[in-house]
Amino acid sequence: MVSGRPYRGVIVAFLAPAVLIYTVFLIAPIADSLRLSLFTQPPGAPLTFVGLGNYRALFTDPNWSTQFWRALLNNVEFFCIHMLVQNPIGLALAALLSARQLRGRAAYRTLFFMPTMLSVVIIGFIWQLILSPLWGVARQILGLVGLQALFQPWLGVEGSALITISLMSVWQFVGIPMMLFYAALLAIPIELIEAATIDGASALQVFLRVKLPLILPTVGIVSILTFVGNFNAFDLVYAVKGALAGPNFSTDLLGTLFYRTFFGYQLQLGNTTMGTAIATVMFFIILVGVGFYLFVIQRRIQRYEL
Amino acid sequence: MPRATQRLSPIAIHIPLLAWTVVACFPILLIISNSFKARPAIFGHPLVPPEPATFSLIGFSTVLARSRFDIYFANSLIVTCVSLALILLLGAMASWALSEYRFRGNRFWALYLALGIMIPIRLGSVSILRMMVSLGLVNTLVALILVYVAQGLPLAIFILSEFMAQIPGDMKDAARIDGSSEGWIFARLILPLLRPVVATVAIFTMIPIWNDLWFPLILAPGDRTRTVTLGVQSFIGQYVTDWNAVLASLTLAMVPVLILYLLLSRQLIRGLTAGAVK
Repeated sequence: MVSGRPYRGVIVAFLAPAVLIYTVFLIAPIADSLRLSLFTQPPGAPLTFVGLGNYRALFTDPNWSTQFWRALLNNVEFFCIHMLVQNPIGLALAALLSARQLRGRAAYRTLFFMPTMLSVVIIGFIWQLILSPLWGVARQILGLVGLQALFQPWLGVEGSALITISLMSVWQFVGIPMMLFYAALLAIPIELIEAATIDGASALQVFLRVKLPLILPTVGIVSILTFVGNFNAFDLVYAVKGALAGPNFSTDLLGTLFYRTFFGYQLQLGNTTMGTAIATVMFFIILVGVGFYLFVIQRRIQRYEL
Repeated sequence: MPRATQRLSPIAIHIPLLAWTVVACFPILLIISNSFKARPAIFGHPLVPPEPATFSLIGFSTVLARSRFDIYFANSLIVTCVSLALILLLGAMASWALSEYRFRGNRFWALYLALGIMIPIRLGSVSILRMMVSLGLVNTLVALILVYVAQGLPLAIFILSEFMAQIPGDMKDAARIDGSSEGWIFARLILPLLRPVVATVAIFTMIPIWNDLWFPLILAPGDRTRTVTLGVQSFIGQYVTDWNAVLASLTLAMVPVLILYLLLSRQLIRGLTAGAVK
């Protein structure tokens, strides 16, 4: 670094364009949304300040709160399924891929990451078609292993729609934790693993006792990325189920609730200020998650210099 | 020598990997293969690849006749490329200012710009839409580009700054002594050095932009400004019952991306893992 004093003009000229666009189109709109959430605006009337009124309605008025708590709970379930299914599968695939002298490593990596490259909308439609009772592909495949009787229109049943959608998302995004874990596993020096092997540790023991503790920081990163992504999800539910997140709102997430509230649906008019209140709640959920990660998890995780 | 018995045998590794390969690829291949079949074959034998007797392009001709996929592709391409170029240029300039000069507020601006890495820009959508309405930018690609640049800059600046901090000072000092301007040093010395990290930034910014549904839906839903993602979404909404057309539209949207991905996957994955190690 050099002293900036002689270059003040240069610094401003280089920094200003990015700061300007970022401030005007990211920071200011989010700040403005937080502000708007304290107002209400009946159709045709000006903005009126209501303090925390929107939040009171959102949390306690049955017209809003039923939808809100359901969406929040669904969102928690959506996140838990990702943590329990997506990230362990990602870790397992990464562990297998990082095995030494593995043939075809590059091909596997490329193919595993393929679904992640595609648009969520396309993935949503693909699975919708495959699971459709009309087409019957899922039933036929189950039939190949004699499990035809298990088939149900999972996406259309209230009890299983959310799980099915979560698993579709897991299937698509498992490539991301896989890549992050894979990169972390590759960074572990071979000597460490060889030393453990010579001491008589089995492959599983090496993984659990040597590799896993070394990649804990990556576990933290993967968790927080999953958290932010999941509490901001919208596209998949909207593509598969539309803004109404059926059947009977069983797949409604905070993102779809935000969209529906803001834009309205069918005969229900959009409500801008309630929309911003929901966005603000999402903002604080994400903020708390990120804060927890930065100030609690990241500080507690033991790091080893490799 | 480590004893061979302590390692998993290659077969034990390949079986689960092959199984997941099938899980990951089968759905995509199924859709692509059925999009080339006539309707009776799609329903009669979905798992059988197209044969001369069942081959049909009817779905593709419906899609091309009834929707403007050419426009959608052009829109997606313009939005993604222009956004990426701006993110890289403006991001590199800001990173250079932050990593090269010591000045008051340096830490503050770096932190301020990093906020956007974790805070999703979507949460400001209500205000973004109001602003775009008042600027007269609704249903323009400019609106999308502005939003995507703002969304992509924080991570780009973070990655580029880490990289720039590692560039040794000697060359820059020599250039300064020779009387070169700061702009010249940036454009002629620094920009060419960024090539390896550009791939990483490009992947992290391009994929979400190309695949996004939210902002096209909110800011540019008009027929002339639709991106591929939104185009597929609304096309399928209209033609749900025409399976040939639905399968063909999915294939049309996927295949170019898949070809590009398979061609570039080595660089892509290298960029991804290089960025991830940090």
